[in-house]
Formats: sequence, C-alpha cells, structure tokens
Amino acid sequence: MKDVIIDIERWRVSGRRIAVARVVATEGSSPRGAGAAMVVNDVGEVAGSVSGGCVEGAVVAAATEVLDGTRAPGVITFGYSDDDAFAVGLTCGGTIHLFVEELAW
Amino acid sequence: MVIYERLRDALAAQRPVVLATIIEGIPIGAKLLIEPGAAPLGSLGDANLDRVVARDALGELAAGITSTRHYGQRGEARERDVTVFIESFAPPPRMIIFGAVDFTAALARVAKLLGYHVTVCDARPVFATTARFPMADVVVNDWPDRFLASVADPLSPRDAVCVLTHDTKFDVPAIMSSLSTDVGYLGAMGSRTTHEKRLQRLREAGASLDQLARVRSPIGLDLGGRTPEETAVSICAEIIGLRTGRAGAPLTTGDGPIHNQDG
Repeated sequence: MKDVIIDIERWRVSGRRIAVARVVATEGSSPRGAGAAMVVNDVGEVAGSVSGGCVEGAVVAAATEVLDGTRAPGVITFGYSDDDAFAVGLTCGGTIHLFVEELAW
Repeated sequence: MVIYERLRDALAAQRPVVLATIIEGIPIGAKLLIEPGAAPLGSLGDANLDRVVARDALGELAAGITSTRHYGQRGEARERDVTVFIESFAPPPRMIIFGAVDFTAALARVAKLLGYHVTVCDARPVFATTARFPMADVVVNDWPDRFLASVADPLSPRDAVCVLTHDTKFDVPAIMSSLSTDVGYLGAMGSRTTHEKRLQRLREAGASLDQLARVRSPIGLDLGGRTPEETAVSICAEIIGLRTGRAGAPLTTGDGPIHNQDG
C-alpha cells in the first residue's frame, strides 16, 4: 500500500470513497507478490497495480462493485486454475488472490 | 480511519509496522495494526486471536515476510475458522557504500531505484559531500570500521555493503567490520590482482576462510560492462541473484520457473 498512499491522501482530501485491492497470495509465475495494491475511487480513478496488467480491468470492476454495495468485501482469484465465472486468465500463467474492500478503517 | 492513519504515519516515518486483516471468516475485513513496542490498534474480534496474531505478526516483520495464516475463531492453531492476511511493512533494506569514487554515484542511483536506503561513507571530507551524492540518503565522513560500529541497528541479511575504495587502508577495515555483521551481501571492487592482494591482507588481519568466502570480489555479475552505470547494474544484479539464489544466466537458456515461490 506504500506506493498508493499519496493517491489515497489526495482522494481523501477531495472527499472520495475508496476501495483497496491487495494481493494476498500468489501461485506459480506472477509478476507482483503479496502486498501489491491497487486503489479505485468512486469516480473511477485508479492508482497502483496488482499484476503485469492482465487483471487490472477486472479488479477495477470488482472494486467499483464493492463501493456500489453490489459486491461484499472478500477474496477474488484470477488465474487458469480458477473455475469462477469471473476468471480472467493471467498471461504469466500464474494465479493471484486479492482481497477487495472499502477503505473505511 | 484511525488504523489507516496510523499505518500512513508509520510508513511516512519508515517505522516498521504490520497490518493484519481477516480476509476469510468472520468478522471479514477486521483489522489489527501492530507496531513493535506499542499496544496493537484495532481488533480481529477476539482478544485471544488478537494476541496470537500480534505475536505471529512481529515474527513475520522481523523476517520481512508477508503471508496468510489460518486460525480458530479464538486464535487456535491448526484450525481454519479465519484466514488472516499479515502484511509486513519492514523499513527499506540498507546499502552502505564505502568509498566516494566515480562509481559511487551511479551505484547509489541504481540502489535507490531498487528501494535501498543508501549511505555513502568515506574518510575524506573533500570527496564525501552531499553535493557530489545528492541521491544518497546519508553521506558520512568517517572511517569504515568506526562508522559501522556506530550503526544502531546491526546490518541484517536484507542489507548490502559495497566497498568501492580499492585502497587497502580503507578496504581492510571496511570488510573486516562488515564480516562481523549478518549483512547479506558484501562486495569489494578491484581487479583480480587487487582481489588476490586484498585476500592476503584480510588473512593477515585475521579473517577465516569461511569469512573470506562471503566477500564477492571482483564485484558484480560478468556482463562485460565498463561505465559506472553499467557497473552499478552489474553489482545490483549480483545482489538480487544472491538474495534469490539464482546464478544470473539468461532466461532464454533456462527452463525452470521464472519466480521463486517465496517471491
């Protein structure tokens, strides 16, 4: 989260609600390790990254749903081994697990 | 937002801190912020779970590890009621560069790119100035052994020492005092001839064969570069390879996994 604090602070000043997606675990080959973070605000601005660019779009969608209240905070998984309908393949062939929640703590 | 704000302040001050979050189980999203020497902030919903996670978090912080762990609702081991993401924010690793020479500025720049807290140390005040090394976090005018003795937190396996002086009167005390720490990388610049002579001097100063095996010299990976910038990349590449246990060969000629599982 260290890399996105500056963006969070800017958004907080302007009264934005913010969702945070953090990589909590990875399997196989994946470019960003546990702790990599992305933040999305309620007007769709984005900062940070959680992969080599493969899943960022899907993470923004999930984060926006968390802010809308249409998705509960929780773990989402991306990768070939995933059979969830939300699955997006990673070019690197690995699997990443992210925890997505609103920054309200 | 008290937990976030304390995390933000700890990160800004480069204080070590750990954020624990329940990511599976109840109460999902609950947080505990742990700082060494301070009372934890927040709760995971059970006092005993808080105590067990705080203990584990401090262990992970010391090792610089971020991971997920399973516990029972009251912190029991070998149960899986809750999954806790334990995210360690260790202060940046340190690189100490001995010798304010041509190569120092380039090495300090590349080390900053890799996230190191960089100190340049040289006994000669004319050369070791912040004007020459604005990219360094700290510039020190001191003898290497006296400087290392004054470092409050002993060097750890995450840290690196690069001895660029190639002058035995500085090299030998710099290497001998580094060898008495747990520093993860200890490299010394110089040609193979310089290296042989330096080994002799280090043996005379009392270094054992095991200790001499820790000294990476001539410094860096064999990339054939020559400029200070190319040399800096070669040194930093060696540091990364030593940490991950990789030899530094092209991936094209290999066939194993690209990343280690522990990152």
